[in-house]
Amino acid sequence: MREREDEWTGLMRAAISGDGAAYHRLLKAVTPALRAAARRGLARAGQPVDQSEDIVQDILLAVHLKRHTWDANAPFAPWLFAIARNKLIDSLRRRGRRVFVNIDDFAETLPSEPAAETVPASEVAAQLKSLPTRQREVLQSIAVDSASIKDTATKFAMSEGAVRVALHRGLASLTAKLREK
Amino acid sequence: METDQLIRTLAADNAHRARPVGLVLALALLAAAPASVAMFFAGLGVRPDLMTAMHNPFFDLKFVVTLALAIPAIAISLHLSRPEVSLQGWKWLLLIPVGLLLAGIASEMMMPQRLPMMTRLVGNNSRLCMTAIPLMSLPLLVAALIGLRHGAPTRPAVAGAIAGLLSAGLAATLYASHCTDDSPLFVATWYTIATALVTAIGALAGSRVLRF
Repeated sequence: MREREDEWTGLMRAAISGDGAAYHRLLKAVTPALRAAARRGLARAGQPVDQSEDIVQDILLAVHLKRHTWDANAPFAPWLFAIARNKLIDSLRRRGRRVFVNIDDFAETLPSEPAAETVPASEVAAQLKSLPTRQREVLQSIAVDSASIKDTATKFAMSEGAVRVALHRGLASLTAKLREK
Repeated sequence: METDQLIRTLAADNAHRARPVGLVLALALLAAAPASVAMFFAGLGVRPDLMTAMHNPFFDLKFVVTLALAIPAIAISLHLSRPEVSLQGWKWLLLIPVGLLLAGIASEMMMPQRLPMMTRLVGNNSRLCMTAIPLMSLPLLVAALIGLRHGAPTRPAVAGAIAGLLSAGLAATLYASHCTDDSPLFVATWYTIATALVTAIGALAGSRVLRF
């Protein structure tokens, strides 16, 4: 546990100083922990645990857009779990208004280990459609076609700087749309 | 979009660097300050006997108290812009202005006074104090909330309340140079009511706009 968290802190420090590969590895490494936390939260709230992936993506977006509030001299895990907890409570509250679930005692009968099957996330993809064309194209090129920033710039005859701006703005407005929902 | 695809996209955006929360807060407050100062000079202005008043330690104490509220509130709001922290260990800073006021009241009690206690407490400007401080604090409150929105406060109502204290402290500093009531009893009563009002507005606004 301790080692794992020290590794996260190291990766995040490398990411902040510009190492994109370290950042990619960090996000991959924390996702299972976020997924487990989301499942536990859903189970405790008496909601279907297979809905966890939307929450995981919500948390990842918040981690990305708020990472400048992490103090590089502090351990990363407490910061990460504070963000995760905040987004989890937020989405349970939002779901609570829409979905009626009989709480009963079924939370306690759930296996403590997360089951394998998970409904694919749909909220980010749905909001993607409502973005301005340029931002959506850039996001899709990088996310779905796994193109690099350079390839994306060539494909759309844009400068790399313009691709970076569209990418960041797209992620920021996706997050804003998810919050308003 | 699959989570792996999202992660790849986020990693591609790693080069983007957001401004530090402190910088955004400072810029927002600097941008809003002229609005509050303009309200002050348009509606109130500095009291005419300023030069004499400056020799009265109770006049000077007003600025010490209001700044002793505003400055710790700025520090606490920056602290609360991080998601993993609590008020623990920081909330005591807010007792500084309270302690200063109590010390002021005690020393005023020990001096011979021309006016009875109740007259000093009620003063001449209580209604103005309770309207001017909240009004002048509004632009600053908006600025503080904009600054904090750039952070990640996980207790939005608390962070909003601190933003209220911050803006009320700054607005009260302006107002203190207009008001001719210098008794610490007046300050402890009416400035406190005005500050509480702004704090409540901040908490209410914060619980809405500071969620992320």
